[in-house]
Amino acid sequence: MSGGHASSLAPGQRHNGDADPRRRFVGARVTRLEDPPLVRGQGTYVGNLGFPNQLHMRVVRSPVAHGVLRSIDTSAAREHPGCRGVWTGQDVADIPPITFRPTSVQGLEPYRQYILARDRVRYIGEPVAVVFAADPYVAEDIADLVTMDIEALPVLLSADAPPGEFAPGHSTEAGVLRKQFGDVDAAFREAHEVVEVDVRVGRHSGVPMEPRGALARHDHSRDVIELYGAGKRPHAHRDAVAALLGRSPVGMHFYEGHIGGGFGVRGEIYPEDVLVCLAALRLGRPVKWIEDRRENLLACNHSREQHHVVRAALDRDARILAIDAKLWHDQGAYIRTHGARVPDMAMGTLIGGYHVPAYRAVGHIRLTNKTPAATYRSPGRFESTYACERLMDAVAERFGLSPIEVRRRNLIRRDQYPYPRPMEILDHPVELDSGDFPRLLDRTLEHLRWDDLQAEIARRRDAGECVGVGMGFFMEKSGLGPVDGAKVNVDTRGKVQVVTGSSSIGQGVETVMAQICADALGVDYADVKVIHGRTDMIDYGIGAHASRATVMTGGATRMAALNVRRKALEFAAAHMIEAPIEVLDIVDGKVVRTDRPGEPGIPLGRVAAALAPSPEVVAFGIPGLTAEGWFETAGLTHPYGIHTAVVKVDPDTGGVTVERFHVAYDIGCAINPMLVEGQIVGGVAQGLGGALLEEFVYDERGEPLSVTFADYLMPTAREMPPVEVLLTEDAPSPNNALGMKGAGEAGITGVGAAIAAAIDDAIGKPGAIRELPVTPQRLRAILAGRPAGA
Amino acid sequence: MTPRIDITLNVNGSDHDIRVEPRRTLADALRQDCGLTGTNVGCEHGVCGACTVLLDGEPVRSCLMFAVQAQGRRLRTVEGLANAEGLHPLQQAFTDHHALQCGYCTPGFLMLAAGTLERHPDIDDESLREVLSSNLCRCTGYQNILRAVRAVRDSRRLAREDAR
Repeated sequence: MSGGHASSLAPGQRHNGDADPRRRFVGARVTRLEDPPLVRGQGTYVGNLGFPNQLHMRVVRSPVAHGVLRSIDTSAAREHPGCRGVWTGQDVADIPPITFRPTSVQGLEPYRQYILARDRVRYIGEPVAVVFAADPYVAEDIADLVTMDIEALPVLLSADAPPGEFAPGHSTEAGVLRKQFGDVDAAFREAHEVVEVDVRVGRHSGVPMEPRGALARHDHSRDVIELYGAGKRPHAHRDAVAALLGRSPVGMHFYEGHIGGGFGVRGEIYPEDVLVCLAALRLGRPVKWIEDRRENLLACNHSREQHHVVRAALDRDARILAIDAKLWHDQGAYIRTHGARVPDMAMGTLIGGYHVPAYRAVGHIRLTNKTPAATYRSPGRFESTYACERLMDAVAERFGLSPIEVRRRNLIRRDQYPYPRPMEILDHPVELDSGDFPRLLDRTLEHLRWDDLQAEIARRRDAGECVGVGMGFFMEKSGLGPVDGAKVNVDTRGKVQVVTGSSSIGQGVETVMAQICADALGVDYADVKVIHGRTDMIDYGIGAHASRATVMTGGATRMAALNVRRKALEFAAAHMIEAPIEVLDIVDGKVVRTDRPGEPGIPLGRVAAALAPSPEVVAFGIPGLTAEGWFETAGLTHPYGIHTAVVKVDPDTGGVTVERFHVAYDIGCAINPMLVEGQIVGGVAQGLGGALLEEFVYDERGEPLSVTFADYLMPTAREMPPVEVLLTEDAPSPNNALGMKGAGEAGITGVGAAIAAAIDDAIGKPGAIRELPVTPQRLRAILAGRPAGA
Repeated sequence: MTPRIDITLNVNGSDHDIRVEPRRTLADALRQDCGLTGTNVGCEHGVCGACTVLLDGEPVRSCLMFAVQAQGRRLRTVEGLANAEGLHPLQQAFTDHHALQCGYCTPGFLMLAAGTLERHPDIDDESLREVLSSNLCRCTGYQNILRAVRAVRDSRRLAREDAR
């Protein structure tokens, strides 16, 4: 990255709130505490774990996309000498379907998935039976012996097609979401111009490098079911799985270990997770399940597939009067744990960072006979940003203005924040907390050397090259509240432990929390050990998703560390140093007198030892150098950014080469710019995959055609352009003391929009790109003037 | 069940006497029978490269080989990179350049890079990118992986020039 870390904050300057003692690690590019075991091959991914006497589970999946499940023949499987059990839907008939998160959206319950199919199958890959054996190879042999009689039904493969029947009395339209504010119809009646786009995003997903897996055992001595391989939301999912099994939550614990990538799909409650817990309980042996890559591509959550028709009403100066959006969301075969969150977020964020006086969105949640869909990094926003930005580019074309000028006229100004929008996202009211989008645009153009870039493109076009540049502006949401807690304790050797209810899916949570704790407490970040993903260590936790860990868990960690700091100073002042607390500080893990700089301090370990239970200590307070901290926030934080892509098109092959990619992002406060940049560059790679390469394709019978890495193409080092990151801190969030906003999704949200605009520009056909991914076949059709897909 | 075969795998200089079915992949034999779980399995069809190990110095996909085919060959895995003095330069460079996030692809990339730099110490940037494009990473966007491997190549080159 040639882009530096541009901070607008003077050293030591505070945003607001309870000031930290000093900044030493917050804002520093320190290396990760996570790395040593990972580079040594000592990861605790669930596939590396095991217990004596364990069984392996193998799932038998439906080979038919839609049909009535007449019968399942398990006799040959049962006769196999290695068989230790076979279950079909009848054997787990007492287990209710998998629940989804609390939501105000009504009517989704009939569309939940059972852990094994009952009377119908609805997608290829749906779990129909499971077999158990002591050896995973043998379990696979036995699974091949299970046969089933399925009477095929017509398949529904498009969310645009008229809805069909999900089950008697239930349409495949699971629900229709609506959001509205302002008088949209009046705005369209009075509009100087109306511009409409009809654009689609294809079906793709997170596809982590580690396939899903789970290992469960029943510890009879404590009557606890332990699940290893959990992730993302250990506490909430522990409670949900306990409820499905009819157990008390205290009789169940989730353990995270290392996770080989999350991206929204990993760590959700899938049928297989419930099945291993149930099997450990019923079979009395530990049960392990590791999927293969084909299963992962068939059965792990898909995402993104959505069709948008979006209209803008504009005045004579190309200022937006209203936006009216219709969405068709392809949910796949069932409603999974996220309920309606993806289309809800798409509708809630579609108008991005623009001043829109009136807005209406209608979202159709349609079930199809494809793999169930749910969240993937920047859920709803990758799609809605693409749709909104295609619209803004179309407005520019209609008015004969540059895309940049149209944005300038419509972006929310700095003085308009906090900027309320009278609607809700995920049942939360929307208020954009802080921002200065026009300034970020200025800084982007300067950083890109925009005039030089345009001149270079013009020169290359004159020489016959097909090159172009495009931008995608996006408003993110992060730091979903409302509350998170953490515990910090210091042991007698001065080592600090932070216990969080967060989750780590590879993004660097341990390092970031250690940096925040280190500054608040006054220790070295390398002396801080961060616990996450353990329901037995802390009673509550929000996990890691929706770019909320740094803001929420970081806020809680800071509060807990400040509480420990106060406790150490108060105790030391009262019992260990004859000095008023005002002259005490904690520096490098030692309590020191600021009025006597030469004196050796007292190591925190000694303070911790002195705080062991004794009558004197109990009279002082709770024993131990330990404290909890709780962080509460009223609203979401809203980071924002601009993606810029420079592409070259080969008109003969339809191939697109991304030559350069630039991300400008205002994060409010970067705890570790190196890790933020890592999140961004990684997000760009995934975004480029979704924009150009990755697509789950089905044939007309609902047979998935993208079930290997030879068919589902992800970017490699060859496809990746140099990515430049301009990280700014112009608009710290007023919602937390450090001004933090989330980082996890900044790299991906605007990629589809920027790539589509850049290809339009390269081929000189405004509005030509209406569907992602822009595969060579689609682009050749566009260049030949044929309808896409022909 | 197919009869099992007794074989000896030489991994990181140590012999492992194991008994495996002929169909057992080298990746599974390393992980399950030799207890070396550092080698990860990502796709089992030879595309992602997470399971890359060195076979007589050459990077290979251990998911595409049977264990029995590795009999008599010298294998190296991620567990063999560090020594008593500390991390291998590539392991240190991956840390310094933030070349890993979830870490699942990392052992495969480390072995691919180690084997490549040993056989082609002066490999140019473009060829290096080509070689490293044979493995998949879903977290980093590759930029820092390329940077880390180039840094090790360059520092070794400097060390060689200094030695002359």
